[in-house]
Amino acid sequence: MSKKNNNMFDPKQTLVEIEEKFEMFQILNEDGEIVNEQADPKLSDEELVELMTRMVYTRILDQRSISLNRQGRLGFYAPTAGQEASQLASHFALEKEDWILPGYRDVPQIVWHGLPLEKAFLFSRGHFVGNQVPEGVNVLAPQIIIGAQYIQTAGVALGLQKRGKKAVAVTYTGDGGSSQGDFYEGINFAGAFKSPAIFIVQNNQFAISTPRESQTAAKTLAQKGVAAGIPSILVDGMDALAVYVATRDARERAVNGEGPTLIETMCYRYGPHTMAGDDPTRYRTSDKDSEWALKDPLVRFRKYLEAKGLWDEAKEESVIERAKEEIKEAIKKADATPKQTVTQLMDNMYKGEMPSNLKEQYEIYKEKESK
Amino acid sequence: MAQMTMIQAITDALRVELKNDENVLVFGEDIGVNGGVFRATEGLQKEFGVDRVFDTPLAESGIGGLAIGLSLQGYRPVPEIQFFGFVYEVMDSISGQLARMSYRSGGVYNAPVTIRSPFGGGVHTPEMHSDSLESLMTAQPGLTVVVPSTPYDAKGLLISSIRNDNPVIFLEHLKLYRSFREEVPEEAYTIPLGKADVKREGKDLTIIAYGLMVHESLKAAEELEKEGHSVEVIDLRTIQPLDIETIIASVEKTGRAIVVQEAQKQAGIAANVVAEITERAILSLEAPVLRVAAPDTVYPFPQAEGVWLPNFKDVMETAKKVLTF
Ligand SMILES: Cc1ncc(C[n+]2csc(CCOP(=O)(O)OP(=O)(O)O)c2C)c(N)n1
Ligand SMILES: [Mg+2]
Repeated sequence: MSKKNNNMFDPKQTLVEIEEKFEMFQILNEDGEIVNEQADPKLSDEELVELMTRMVYTRILDQRSISLNRQGRLGFYAPTAGQEASQLASHFALEKEDWILPGYRDVPQIVWHGLPLEKAFLFSRGHFVGNQVPEGVNVLAPQIIIGAQYIQTAGVALGLQKRGKKAVAVTYTGDGGSSQGDFYEGINFAGAFKSPAIFIVQNNQFAISTPRESQTAAKTLAQKGVAAGIPSILVDGMDALAVYVATRDARERAVNGEGPTLIETMCYRYGPHTMAGDDPTRYRTSDKDSEWALKDPLVRFRKYLEAKGLWDEAKEESVIERAKEEIKEAIKKADATPKQTVTQLMDNMYKGEMPSNLKEQYEIYKEKESK
Repeated sequence: MAQMTMIQAITDALRVELKNDENVLVFGEDIGVNGGVFRATEGLQKEFGVDRVFDTPLAESGIGGLAIGLSLQGYRPVPEIQFFGFVYEVMDSISGQLARMSYRSGGVYNAPVTIRSPFGGGVHTPEMHSDSLESLMTAQPGLTVVVPSTPYDAKGLLISSIRNDNPVIFLEHLKLYRSFREEVPEEAYTIPLGKADVKREGKDLTIIAYGLMVHESLKAAEELEKEGHSVEVIDLRTIQPLDIETIIASVEKTGRAIVVQEAQKQAGIAANVVAEITERAILSLEAPVLRVAAPDTVYPFPQAEGVWLPNFKDVMETAKKVLTF
């Protein structure tokens, strides 16, 4: 490292300079206009329509999940509206062989990666079958412990690298999650091993009730990657194109052996934290809600596609219908899944033979369940 | 006197102690403006200011370390871990550091920290929110572990915990937060730590329990009464240290005992009680001391909770085995 006279080094100024470098990357503005021609990924018409389809579908999935939860037909649910670009455009840059380690709010990404919808519903209901991922779908069940997925991602990525696979491990957490020790350990390990990982922080401005400003003195969450020595970027998380490009580039670097990337997506959660009694009016103003509604990821992408003649009301309606139909079918399948039993959970505790204490208890519960 | 739920009694205890001692600090995730995810700290930030009642960044190990550091500056921290299932994140701060503060400083420093945290099953939470992990705490010398089962006890025990000069782990059962109300004095009062409470007197059998299982045991006792058995129910209230005196006195009277815990059988709170009884009162026993516990799996996915969790029927079944031995 080059040496500098200590008296000339200004730590405060250095921080300011680093923080100023993290400008928000945007391609599509709130009016659906390309403002960054150079960065335009030039997706094909089909790709643009597919991405829009997924976002519209997922908005409906969110609305239906909320009402199903209210009817007592779903259990744990963390609303996703407002985060469609952040979730689905990042996923859109992935390949089937990539691995996803989601947080509890990241159900849409794993569904679009191949998890059958009825499994997502069973996960919500607290049924282990929801966590039984079909072969070839490289996802984990949503993580409940905030931060745990970050270090595991470093491990999955290192494994992919050691196996010589051209694939990446992608993980998600929130603004709050970026305060966990596991977050720093995850990005640091992946950086140290130069492993093919993509770490996404969906900054939806709140961790339950705690505003982003209370989490850290850092001006951006993206800059946390600097300390880990990994490329990092702050992205407009309501702009599907910007999120897509940031993830695509991160993936390309990763599979080319250039190591991990940290991506902060600036977004907003329109709904409550989860459906278990959270009341956003206790901690945020409706002014803030309306301010963010103007940035809506679907609205601007719709405008962009309409201007290109790729989207209209009829298309939107048909996606909505399809979503509703498929959700109905998936709920039926979830309903038809036999209730789980304690003996099944016992079976799943260990691979291979049960330890003797459990074997003994197994018989007792088998008897109980047969009554 | 006022009618209070357990959570109201807890809020009240915090308020009383924040008022009583300016060194008391309450902090954790979402405990300020939001009043905690269960509203245990409702209104406290407004009443005592952000200086005394404040949100932390999201990191349990941070919360644990902060509490230790603040206690070294003469404060009496009362941090909240949002759910006890997240305790693994703060295990080193608790077991590796907090519990050893007095020991490793040769008594120069002590850590008057009370960690409050909700736990316990039966309310259909997602994974890692309902686990009974108290035996991780009782296994660590240096910690006092308290589990109240009624609003009245919760307030008195929490005040005692906060005033205690050593670290206390105070575990609040989720299902008991709002399950019933009872008379709770509005002023400060204490209930000694380490003292069990005989919640029901009887002479044929002693049931020893804590937390939610106290209520399942009381229900079982009522049913057994109808069948002509007089059953005593002891609420441990503090699970480390155990109130040996109360347990042994009861067992010497009844000659029969069972121990009920919501935790898995291999998590050894009940095992400890059984061992103490057999070591100290074996000659008074007319039957083996049996346990009622959850099976040795990870806490179940919510849909299987109903069968997995011990209930009053399980208590009755085991009680009858001992009564008819
Ligand atoms: C280790 C751990 N601590 C606390 C919680 C409880 N909790 C669940 S979500 C949440 C806030 C998370 O906020 P953020 O990371 O910003 O993600 P968001 O929910 O906003 O998507 C908290 C504190 C948890 N699940 N795990
Ligand atoms: Mg957030």
